[in-house]
Amino acid sequence: MIILMSLLLVALILSGCKKDTPTLYVYNWGDYIDEDVLGEFEKETGIKVVYDTFATNEDMYVKIKSGGSTYDLIFPSDYMITRMRDEGMLEKINLDNIPNFKYIDERFVGQDYDPNNEYSVPYMWGTMGILYNTTMVHEPVDSWDILWDPKYSKEILMLDSQRDSIGAALLKLGYSLNTTDIQELEEAGRLLKEQKPLVLAYVVDEAKDKMVAGEAALALVWSGEAIYGMQENPDLDYAIPKEGTNLWFDGMAIPKNAKNKEGAEKFIDFLNRPDIAFRNADYTGYATPHKEARKMLDPEIAQSKVAYPDEEDLVNAEVFVSLGKTLKDYDRIWTEVKAY
Amino acid sequence: MKRSSVMVPYMVWMILFTVIPLLLVVYYAFTISGPDGAVVSLQNFSRFFEPIYLRVLWRSITLAVISTVVCLVLGYPAALIMAGKAFSRKNTLMLLFVIPMWMNFLLRTYAWLTILERNGFLNSLLVNLGMPRLNILYTDYAVVLGMVYNFLPFMVLPIYSVLSKIDRGVLEAAEDLGANSLIVFTRVILPLSLPGVISGVTMVFMPALTTFVISRLLGGGQFTLIGNLIEQQFLVVGDWGFGSAISMIMIVFILISMAIMSFFEGEEQGATLW
Repeated sequence: MIILMSLLLVALILSGCKKDTPTLYVYNWGDYIDEDVLGEFEKETGIKVVYDTFATNEDMYVKIKSGGSTYDLIFPSDYMITRMRDEGMLEKINLDNIPNFKYIDERFVGQDYDPNNEYSVPYMWGTMGILYNTTMVHEPVDSWDILWDPKYSKEILMLDSQRDSIGAALLKLGYSLNTTDIQELEEAGRLLKEQKPLVLAYVVDEAKDKMVAGEAALALVWSGEAIYGMQENPDLDYAIPKEGTNLWFDGMAIPKNAKNKEGAEKFIDFLNRPDIAFRNADYTGYATPHKEARKMLDPEIAQSKVAYPDEEDLVNAEVFVSLGKTLKDYDRIWTEVKAY
Repeated sequence: MKRSSVMVPYMVWMILFTVIPLLLVVYYAFTISGPDGAVVSLQNFSRFFEPIYLRVLWRSITLAVISTVVCLVLGYPAALIMAGKAFSRKNTLMLLFVIPMWMNFLLRTYAWLTILERNGFLNSLLVNLGMPRLNILYTDYAVVLGMVYNFLPFMVLPIYSVLSKIDRGVLEAAEDLGANSLIVFTRVILPLSLPGVISGVTMVFMPALTTFVISRLLGGGQFTLIGNLIEQQFLVVGDWGFGSAISMIMIVFILISMAIMSFFEGEEQGATLW
């Protein structure tokens, strides 16, 4: 009996050693890819993909920083790419291994957050604005003020994401999204506390579904969420307020402790293959920086001002930058707003 | 000698997964990271005693107390009925309490979301019956409802287990001596069931005080409880020092409430859940 059991054990251990399939650990935003493409990548390359999701840049950062888990590929936004690069948390990407990089529109190459694209390859881009239900809001939506209008008490959804919600308050006050002035930040914090009784909930991925179901009148969302919502419910519309907005870029990056850098680069290249890039842009509703993918999109979306705003809509748009020391104040103010 | 060697695996487990993590929490709570490494400081604790965080603590205690009282009011009669001699379907009822606990806790809480939504199940039912809508999702009512729903079995089962062990002879003796059923209940059954009540109250109050999932899902991030505050410090902000300090304050709170409970329990043997 004992011999049999030990034989079984040995067999188990041996089989564990032999079948060492290469694995790629991917950490992406929730609802941010057509998950069918993962299976196709596995079939084509034989690399097994383990796919996890996060809700905000800050969640992702803390998880990578604490070092408990190793991922091979992550999807941080602009300011987070800068921050992680500065803290030595990112591996350089070898663009020679990513021939499909040539499809990326020049407008999105070499942005300030990563000037030579040494650490990131653009994935999607977009704006932040107000998604609203035209059957509940009977006035033009053109200002952040509407999110503070008592008329819509308990009809407003805010983002449970500190830079975005604090950002909306800063824009309403006419300040920069990247302010490091503590007075301005405190003012934004006070404004968010004042707004709290009017807010139905602080959510991230749930916002679009709530809006589609008519559970709220107004929501602070990213543009791709708006596209998805408007496709599902024709009563919804999206506005970029006149005070300005956040123009953002999400990239793909490889963390420093990645075990399968080669696989990660293969995966980046795979996602930039025109057919795959098209499917992800089509599924998520977010704007793609990929020239060929955009051409393939349904003209209704490819020409949509929501997904692909005109240059003049973006004159007031600001890109988030990494904040350095002031970040602690953002953290404190957001903790206080949520605790209030 | 033999006995202590049997204890070794347990001791190793406890040291690895209870003692060391607790020491780490203490370490983080009492230090802040400065420019040249960690410095011993009480700053994390003094920050918690700002009014804004005390209000979070107060909110958590209030909601936990309300949930515990509701569970007790609903749970005690249920346990009493189940333990009653006349009740023949005791096993069925018991199963009805236990089976939902086999399902994932998150899933059960998510289900409430779709029930309570503005255009959800509850409201379409009310509208069809010609009654006004009830918008309780993302209010503290929803949070209390979620807590009561999830923790009710922890109140019922210990009370039931104590009640069902009461010697029938004692009750018959009381009746023989002329006590009516009200007096039998207040003078005999209630005092004898107290250990079960205390264990039930403990088992509901503790998780209700520290929950963060229920308040996030059903409170919509509006009702930050102490558990949410701790979660936020570790997962979003990355301020382990402040998070650890709040955790330590919670441990002290739980120790105090356990001391109060065991004071009420007096000499009696505490009832265990099953």
